[in-house]
Amino acid sequence: MWTFLHKLSSPPHFYDLAARMIPWLAGSALLLITYGTIAGLFFAPPDYQQGDSFRIIYVHVPAAYLSMMAYAVLAVSAGIGLIWRIKLAHAVAAGAAPLGAWFTFLALVTGSIWGRPMWGTWWEWGDPRLTSELILLFLYFGYMALRAAIDDTAKADRASAVLALAGAVNLPIIHFSVEWWSSLHQGPTLIREGGPAIAAEMLWPLLAMILGFSLLFGALLLARVRTEVLIRERRAKWVRKLVYPEETA
Amino acid sequence: MELLSMGGYGAYVWTAYALTFGVVLLCVAQGRRRHRRVFSDLRTRFRSAVERGK
Repeated sequence: MWTFLHKLSSPPHFYDLAARMIPWLAGSALLLITYGTIAGLFFAPPDYQQGDSFRIIYVHVPAAYLSMMAYAVLAVSAGIGLIWRIKLAHAVAAGAAPLGAWFTFLALVTGSIWGRPMWGTWWEWGDPRLTSELILLFLYFGYMALRAAIDDTAKADRASAVLALAGAVNLPIIHFSVEWWSSLHQGPTLIREGGPAIAAEMLWPLLAMILGFSLLFGALLLARVRTEVLIRERRAKWVRKLVYPEETA
Repeated sequence: MELLSMGGYGAYVWTAYALTFGVVLLCVAQGRRRHRRVFSDLRTRFRSAVERGK
């Protein structure tokens, strides 16, 4: 186990392993998302209260879930990088940030599009779920801006990791916001006492979409971390051999 | 046609899906472009270093 982890955290090994994993992740993501989209749009029955507008759930929930999952990945990797001084962990955190920001943007926008016909408004200032999700977007922006502002990679890693860890308190706030305060946003559908409150024909496409988008996120993240590793290891011999093989040939 | 109208919510539903898939494609393209750029930048740098005799 430890030798495996040790090997994994060696940059050239990670670089190759990630390249081999990406097609599998992306392929299975594509299958799940294709099924989930078709079943969600055309085969799941319309909601008895929300009609066909509820179909936005199949893109909104995966986006919202990943907006938080990406932050969890970012914060945990940043913490690991900070404590055990593993450079690859910082590379993972740096790679997760732009993806998380995009998914947060999607969660906000698709939620807004759903809110317009259901709540009669695109946006409600002061709503706890909406506000905490918006703060998440700003946390991503802050994290990326801080990284971009510091030239020294090691310093940027440490400073941004502290910010990432401090921002992690926002995650439980987002999750429980609909229970702690009154919100326009509906309560939890899947992770709740008594199991999911949703019909099976509606549930399966949703689970497929959540899993599919998670695998897609995995593929996108690995791809970004590979780029990050290349930059960080630019002085290493293996990178030189990789990008300029004619030299040794 | 009925499929497209989504019980009158067509504009909302299709916009949400289009945005989602648009952003996903953008993420894929962005990542690839950046990787290629970094790769070729490093290559250029090593080549010019070799040509300068280092």
